[in-house]
Amino acid sequence: MRCVVTGGNVKVLAKAVHSLSRIGDDLYVEPQEDGLALRSVNSSRSAYACFLFAPLFFSRYSIPSDHTFRCKMAIKSVQAVFRSLATLEKTVEKCHIELDEQKDRLTFTLHCKHGLLKTHNLSFQDSESLQAVFDKDSCANVFRAQSRLLVDTVVHFPSSLEEVTVSVSDERMWVRNHVEEEAEQSKVMLTELCLASDEFDHFAVKTHNSITFCLKELRGLLVFAESTGLPVSMYFDEPGSPVVLSVTDSVLEGNFVLATLSEDPSLHKNNSKGAHTLPPPPPDDFMNDDIDSYLIAMDTSIAPGPSTAGPSTPPLADPTCSKQSAVAAHRTRTHREEDEEAEEDETDDSDRPPNKKFRSLFFGLVLPPSSQISTQPVMSQEVLASDSEDETQAE
Amino acid sequence: MPLSTQSQADDEQYVLVASLDNARNLSNILKAITFKDHAIFTATPNGLKVTVEDSKCLQANAFIQAEIFQEYTIKEDLVGFQINLTVLLDCLNIFGGSTVPGVSTALRMCYRGYGYPLTLFLEEAGVVTVCKINTQEPEEPIDFEFCSNNVTNKVILQSESLKEAFSELDMTSEVLQITMSPSQPYFRLSTFGSSGNAHYDYSKDSDMMELFRCTKTQTNRYKMSLLKPSTKALALSCKVSVRTDSRGFLSLQYLVRNDDGQICFVEYYCCPDEEVD
Repeated sequence: MRCVVTGGNVKVLAKAVHSLSRIGDDLYVEPQEDGLALRSVNSSRSAYACFLFAPLFFSRYSIPSDHTFRCKMAIKSVQAVFRSLATLEKTVEKCHIELDEQKDRLTFTLHCKHGLLKTHNLSFQDSESLQAVFDKDSCANVFRAQSRLLVDTVVHFPSSLEEVTVSVSDERMWVRNHVEEEAEQSKVMLTELCLASDEFDHFAVKTHNSITFCLKELRGLLVFAESTGLPVSMYFDEPGSPVVLSVTDSVLEGNFVLATLSEDPSLHKNNSKGAHTLPPPPPDDFMNDDIDSYLIAMDTSIAPGPSTAGPSTPPLADPTCSKQSAVAAHRTRTHREEDEEAEEDETDDSDRPPNKKFRSLFFGLVLPPSSQISTQPVMSQEVLASDSEDETQAE
Repeated sequence: MPLSTQSQADDEQYVLVASLDNARNLSNILKAITFKDHAIFTATPNGLKVTVEDSKCLQANAFIQAEIFQEYTIKEDLVGFQINLTVLLDCLNIFGGSTVPGVSTALRMCYRGYGYPLTLFLEEAGVVTVCKINTQEPEEPIDFEFCSNNVTNKVILQSESLKEAFSELDMTSEVLQITMSPSQPYFRLSTFGSSGNAHYDYSKDSDMMELFRCTKTQTNRYKMSLLKPSTKALALSCKVSVRTDSRGFLSLQYLVRNDDGQICFVEYYCCPDEEVD
């Protein structure tokens, strides 16, 4: 195998390598007929990324014709070749990539200005084929946006944030941080951004879904997209199916395939990865009366409580706890609304977190016994929602 | 502003008095050789030489000529003492080392002789600090017996390009191998790390190469840990001369310009790790 990358493309290649390093520790290299594939996967196999550089990306591209070749090497060693991106831009004129199968070595030679030649001989290991199975075209929801939009969205979340939830409706996309059920509700900060469909270059929603995936791995792609100025496309279906994020141009294609949290129908298992079905997003107008029915809708969507609660649920201290756990399950949503409501309500100004908890409990206590939830008329919710909204009346 | 807190009579007792309007002209260059706590100061009428050594295999010297100082008085042919370099640097930077233009720390360094501490008078914006640092019996600096007659290969490079190479050196490699040759690869730095090996080749025709005088092909390895501190000197310098002698000993000489544009030198001598021909 012998490839030559020249000029600005060296930096693009370097960025792709750095981007892949956010996924896994090994770089899988496979020269294919349709281009050079660089792949990486994380240890739990929940994130996979692949950059395919078409032959036209290179000023010279020749691959072993008689046999397929693939190898893997520590991604840190390849990063060391392209250590300083600023220097790459200023001094590297071209980069040769050559394979020596006899010696199990992949050689990167950087021809730099001022007659400086940098040669890196990296050892590799044979590797298994690494190919994620995904079909972007069959995904229900397809979006495309300038990387700037996503970067500006993601910047609002702390870098320590593990997971993010994306929910879509016909005209909107909500991005918020995913909070574990067991998290102390009074100590979590909820951040949510709403993006309108017109901010996207392409916004096609077939099913209103919410998916939760790891943000850290997405950031790697965003850094690449932003620096190369390419728009990012996003494809997903229902929760549990992977989300695919990709960047494309005429000579390269990058795909990041991330696993999403799956919906667990038996929510009483209370497995933190099992999660709960996130309810459809609320209407934009928080003055809307429908909040009550919305709360009910959430409640009914959650499986009934104590009689079927498994041993892994949090300790049930008292009889009303079952309702509390049901309440807790949608507390994230409730909290957000209460946040909004609390701000609008001048009378409710002291010691907010306990108040919220109280309100949630209040909701819970007024809820009928779990077994009757689905048949309970809405009327009993009347008193609660009117806390902050004068005009809010249960229907 | 020269310190005039000492009267003429007091000066009589000092064997060495050296003053600088800007203490950074001394502290910056000393930072380039601070990889060990202790340094040997050797003062002659020509100037000041500060030596730091490591495990008998590495020696770094900083030269500050008499002309650099605003005042330099020495009463003997040779004045020598050993001192804690870290403490000395802390004192030189006692005013916090601000980089406000026009504001600098003035220094007056006085030494009474054997057994006496080194006295530093430091002044900035009217505030004076006096530091007395204990001195020790100076050890004899190692003589690497590196003489120009024995030099087989010599190159002078602009520091810029070498800085780039040194910043990227694979630190998992235990050695840095230097190959110098009248033919390809001319001047090569190599590392052998956990992921593979890397070579940095400088062509003799490179515009970064100011002088190329190699008589025979030589490859020598030096411990990376010994050479690592030299990157500080490299960072300060604008030119570097790399020489090896017939035994494979390495001499790195750095040309450093101080704040006032005056030239000082820093040199590193290093023993080869093993001979590879």
